[in-house]
Amino acid sequence: MLSRVAERVFWMSRQMERAENMARILGVTSNVLLLGSKETREQNLMAPLSIIESEEAFFERHKQLTEKSLIEFLALDETNPASIYSCLKWARENAHAARWQITSEMWETLNATWIEMRAIKRDRVTGAGATEFFDWVKDRSHLFCGVTYSTIVRGEAFNFSRLGTFLERADNTARILDVKYHILLPSVEDVGGALDYYQWAALLRSVSSFETYRALYRDQIFPIKVAQMLILERLMPRSLAACFEQVTQALDCIEGQSDHSVKRLANEMNVRLSHADIEEIFKGGLHEYLTVFLEDISELGSRIQRSYLGTV
Amino acid sequence: MFDAQFNEMYLPDGKVREHFAPLAEWLATMPPKRVAEKRREADLLFHRMGITFAIYGDEQGAERLIPFDTIPRIIPRTEWEMLERGLKQRVNALNRFLHDIYHGQEILKAGLIPAEQVLANDAYQVAMMGLDLPHQVYSHIAGIDLIRDGDGRYLVLEDNLRTPSGVAYMLENRRMMMRLFPELFARQSVLPIEHYPALLLDTLRSISPRAPREPTVVVLTPGPHNSAYFEHLFLAQQMGVELVEGADLFVRDGHLYMRTTAGRQRVDVVYRRLDDAYLDPLAFRPDSLLGVPGLLSVYRAGNVALANAMGTGVADDKSTYPYVPEMIRFYLGEGPILGNVPTWQCRRPEDLELVLERLPELVVKEVQGSGGYGMLIGPAAKKKEIEQFRARLLANPANYIAQPTLSLSSCPTFIERGIGARHIDLRPFVLSGRDVKLVPGGLTRVALEEGSLVVNSSQGGGTKDTWVVD
Repeated sequence: MLSRVAERVFWMSRQMERAENMARILGVTSNVLLLGSKETREQNLMAPLSIIESEEAFFERHKQLTEKSLIEFLALDETNPASIYSCLKWARENAHAARWQITSEMWETLNATWIEMRAIKRDRVTGAGATEFFDWVKDRSHLFCGVTYSTIVRGEAFNFSRLGTFLERADNTARILDVKYHILLPSVEDVGGALDYYQWAALLRSVSSFETYRALYRDQIFPIKVAQMLILERLMPRSLAACFEQVTQALDCIEGQSDHSVKRLANEMNVRLSHADIEEIFKGGLHEYLTVFLEDISELGSRIQRSYLGTV
Repeated sequence: MFDAQFNEMYLPDGKVREHFAPLAEWLATMPPKRVAEKRREADLLFHRMGITFAIYGDEQGAERLIPFDTIPRIIPRTEWEMLERGLKQRVNALNRFLHDIYHGQEILKAGLIPAEQVLANDAYQVAMMGLDLPHQVYSHIAGIDLIRDGDGRYLVLEDNLRTPSGVAYMLENRRMMMRLFPELFARQSVLPIEHYPALLLDTLRSISPRAPREPTVVVLTPGPHNSAYFEHLFLAQQMGVELVEGADLFVRDGHLYMRTTAGRQRVDVVYRRLDDAYLDPLAFRPDSLLGVPGLLSVYRAGNVALANAMGTGVADDKSTYPYVPEMIRFYLGEGPILGNVPTWQCRRPEDLELVLERLPELVVKEVQGSGGYGMLIGPAAKKKEIEQFRARLLANPANYIAQPTLSLSSCPTFIERGIGARHIDLRPFVLSGRDVKLVPGGLTRVALEEGSLVVNSSQGGGTKDTWVVD
């Protein structure tokens, strides 16, 4: 497959997944703000910005951090490359450039999403229609995943699309966990201590795993179990372990020439996730663990770029 | 004499021509409602299949369709066989001419064409001099535009030897007709054209500089914003080869490669849909981002084949066109089977005299002009305009050619209310590699406005399926 086209397909899927994740983060933020105390309000508003590391970019554009300005910046801002608006735009652009390597159904899904996005009333999104909008983004992303899964030939385009989706998803789950855990549980001694049930439930819902938690553990919400599930639980489709199973499977199917370093790192990360123990992770520090993991993802991303997508 | 026009379907006495009879019977039985239904169905299918025409700078990504007319244009087989011979002969001679002017220049030495006409032409590529091409072929894909005069005689209006387009519409129109009206194909045996992509791939492989069992062929496109992008994509898909952009290709150690996820892969043949000037920024336009730096050096070293070759434009130029019949005699020792539209070259005193005499009834064109600029259409011009033009013509006769005002043949076409006669032309595609081949038919373009002679898709022209029938 041509590198240029593979790059487009890879980013098409990454951008769509990124839009979905942003919608999830904003959705849960709105929810948490309704429940949280005045003291945690600031922190909860700040969390989405720290998750994607764009506090600076935000305050360049807005004086005050309010729910409205936050949504304005992360959902609608055309000048913010991480906004849902920009992600949907680029997902569609990339699909357009790779149109002959994806199915027409995939193209139509992304094109229609973009056309609807442009017609959406902005003041509804920053007002009463926020939840509705975030649900719509999630729906469109799920539709795209489903359409992709059920229409595309199992060739290179499929593999690069999968690679983009799951790398982005792993990155996102790790970030949400890192930031939220920090807010909800400032000190490690609190592990197993009293919890704000609603906040933890909201965190789980942001990665579609509230019901999963109940089903898997049949227990109260314990932070360590939440971490266990989001990092190591292979049955949970948004966990790091599940994402890396998909990443390594996709890479196994990709035939490269000088891609040894890509496959080695991905497999290594996958194996680490298979054999890790949550108690040990906590001993070394969850934040430290996730920081290393995010660095590895970023390194894997640049190796993919070098080996498959960029100049030979 | 210029008012008489040839009707493809009807004889002058109003009877239907024999080869149109089955279609005429079928048309008579078709209720108008069903026709309208089928037209909507065709539009929908074309849209869904993405057979569209990109509009430059449209941010919405909207695309429009080239109108498709569901009444085919029909050519009897015997007539086609004559056309085929004529087209092969003409393209052969044009390729011989191109080889000659980049080698021994015999035709210039013989004085048949003034040397400055060729050597000072903008499209003449000095870089091609002395370069030997496989089978000595330059224009591997040629689109020859034909019209019919009042007597029904086919005449060549224009040769397109650079990057002629339209073949995807030819193929899709047939597919659409078979899908919409299968019953029509049972009435008459229509010669197939579906193997065009296979013939094209064969032709492209036959010019590969290397001889692996399967040379790597690619289609080079300027990108999705090009108006013919759909066709580039279509042909690449139909041939099962990669559609590449300039940035996908690079030159290393005297060879051309493409970047793939599995590393670099050597490219043997490039079917390029990019003009000469954009091919290699090192050799031509330095601001071109569409081409491949160093491509020319690989080409000159004989390590990659380009289809079409560089520098073919000198042979399809308006100023070269009048000489094609003489080329056929010179290189092949045969009389031309297909004639030119009569063209007077004002640089010749005897032609000039005649043109000046009949200015009000002629079309006079600037040799270098295009797009209707600097042109006089005698019958449509005011007396004052003609006199002004006469002065310009006299000041620099060599800059002009003149032709009779053309009247294209007409063919029944679905219009708003029922069926009307509309003007058509025909562009068959001639493939030249190891041998010269073409599929029976071509792209028929139709001017949808009543009386209009403009068939270009950019100006409201449509297309029809073209049938060669037994």
